[in-house]
Parts: sequence; C-alpha cells; structure tokens
Amino acid sequence: MRFLLPLGLFSVIVGFLWVGLSLNPQEVPSPLIDKPAPDFTLPQLHDPQQTFSNKDMLGKVWMLNVWASWCVACRQEHPLLVQMSRAKLFPVVGLNYKDERADALRWLQHDGDPYLLSVIDKNGKVGIDYGVYGVPESFVIDKQGVIRHKVIGPLGPAELQNCVIPLVRELEKATGESQVSEEVKKACA
Amino acid sequence: MRLMSLVSVGFVALLLLPAPLLLAKEATPMAEDPVLEEMVDEIADELRCLVCQNQTIADSHADLAVDLKNQVRDMVRSGKSQEEIIDYMVERYGDFVRYRPPVKTSTYLLWAGPFLLLFIGIVVLMQNLKKRRLRTDEQEVALTPEERKHLAQLLKSEEEKNKS
Repeated sequence: MRFLLPLGLFSVIVGFLWVGLSLNPQEVPSPLIDKPAPDFTLPQLHDPQQTFSNKDMLGKVWMLNVWASWCVACRQEHPLLVQMSRAKLFPVVGLNYKDERADALRWLQHDGDPYLLSVIDKNGKVGIDYGVYGVPESFVIDKQGVIRHKVIGPLGPAELQNCVIPLVRELEKATGESQVSEEVKKACA
Repeated sequence: MRLMSLVSVGFVALLLLPAPLLLAKEATPMAEDPVLEEMVDEIADELRCLVCQNQTIADSHADLAVDLKNQVRDMVRSGKSQEEIIDYMVERYGDFVRYRPPVKTSTYLLWAGPFLLLFIGIVVLMQNLKKRRLRTDEQEVALTPEERKHLAQLLKSEEEKNKS
C-alpha cells in the first residue's frame, strides 16, 4: 500500500513522457487541412511574363511543392519528384520559395524538372499564406481547390506509396464534396 | 619622451571611448515610425518563431522570423488590430504560433496543472502535519505509570543536585 502511490505517480509521469517524447516537435499540425488553398497569382519561373494562379488548377487534383535551390532537403526529395513526373502520377506545381531565378533554373536544368511549371515567390509572401515554415513542403489540393494533405519536409517513397497516391486517386474519382476513406485517412495521419 | 607619453595618453583615451560609439554602425535602426515599431514588437512578442520554437519572432533573427515580422509590420501599417494579426497567423500556422497557448479544452491541463499540483502538495502537507501532531499528542498521553514514576524520580534527583 505504501509504495502504490509513488508507483502510480511514477507511471503517470512515464506515460506523459512516453507520449511527449514520441511526438515530433518539428511537425506543427497545419490548420490549413480541409480549408481552401490560399489564392495566389505569381509569375512563372521559366517565363516571368506569364502568370499562374492556383485557380487555374480547379477541377484537377494536384500537388503544390514548395522548393528552393538553397534547400538541402529538397535535393533529397528531388529524385522522387522526377520519378513521379516520369510516371505521370499527377500534376505537381513548384513554388520556388525565396530563391534566385538563375540558381533555380540551373538546378532544374541540371537535375531534371519534375514540375508542370514553377512559380516565383521571391519574397516568401505566398509561403507565409500557406503557413510554410520549412522547405520542402507539399500540399495535396483537390478539384474544389481545398487542401487535403500536407507533407512537411521531404516526401519519402513510403508516404507517397501509402498516403499520397491513394489519396489522389480517391480525390480524382470523387465528384462534388469528396470524402476520403478511413484507410487513406489512417495512412496519411 | 614627451611625444611618447602624449601618444600613450591618446591611446588610453581611445580605449576609454564608450564602446557603443565605436560600434555605432552595427545596429541599423529601422524605426522610421517608433509608434508603429512598438506595436510591431508587441505583436511579435506574442508569436513563436516556428523554426527556433523556443523563441518569439521578436527575439529571433531566423529568416522566417524576419519575414513574419515584416508581414506583421505590413499589416499594422494597413491598420489591422493585434487580434486580427494574431488570428491571421493562427489560421496559417495553428495555435502553435502563439507564444502563450490559448485556454481551451485541449490545454486545460496545461494551464491548471501547476495549480493542481500545488493544491495536491498543500493537501498532502496538511495531512502529514496533522498526522505528526496527532502522533506526538498520543505519545504525550501515553506515558505509562512506570515512566511517570521514573520521570518524577529524575526530577527529584535534579532538584537535590541543585540544592547541594
């Protein structure tokens, strides 16, 4: 009886620490999930005379990938994006975040351009609108222009296979208000 | 000789110059409008720098923190209130961006926890004190007749010692 109380207290503390330490402090849950993607109209990287708006993609399921040539983790992610574009999985639009245009173009020329197109977010304003705090970040956006999933950090093959591709396929099939199945929700959680 | 001492006096005088004067070029004040900057700082103090986590964007010089501060400045300039600006940030970055977590169901334990612990501590302390007082009371009452006799004897012998 005497040792029950300390033991109980100890287990409560262990429980809290267990949960607390297993969380990733770098991963800030995005409040933007299931909210309309913030509108932007930006000049295109390859031809700054032309602009692109997120509204141009209404009716399609697509991914907005935030990248920069100075971003080391983007290099890690890049080969997978190139593979994805070869397999023509779904359109990926690049948001070139706070980058020098020449550096960005050189990178795409050198390592391959997986993007349908990239847009220039020179001062990072659109990045702030999308709650970007670390590059790379990717947003899956549905036909209605609603953000359905956010990948923080480099997209990995496992997350692509288990979450992103099934999610995109379901969203593509859906008409009107698209509901996502529990399986996919679980895989993406 | 004279020249030498003059030079050294000059050198010492140079050393004694207030440091801020020498470093005056380092900090570039960007406050064209002190009132505006004050408001920006006040709001920046409420917002967490997401890449440094334990700093506010007012404290941090990380790129993102500077961008967010610029965003705050633009919004203050366009006449937005502190509440509107913080709401704008929370809409994009979540509650985590607030340096002070809001009071809501998921944070009740966080806010109430310390007081709860204090309360439990006080209750345990009170109980222990009460128990201890009871125990000593009991012991006082619980002197056996032999002990009383022994005590009386001791006192007596002390008295006699004092007399002699």
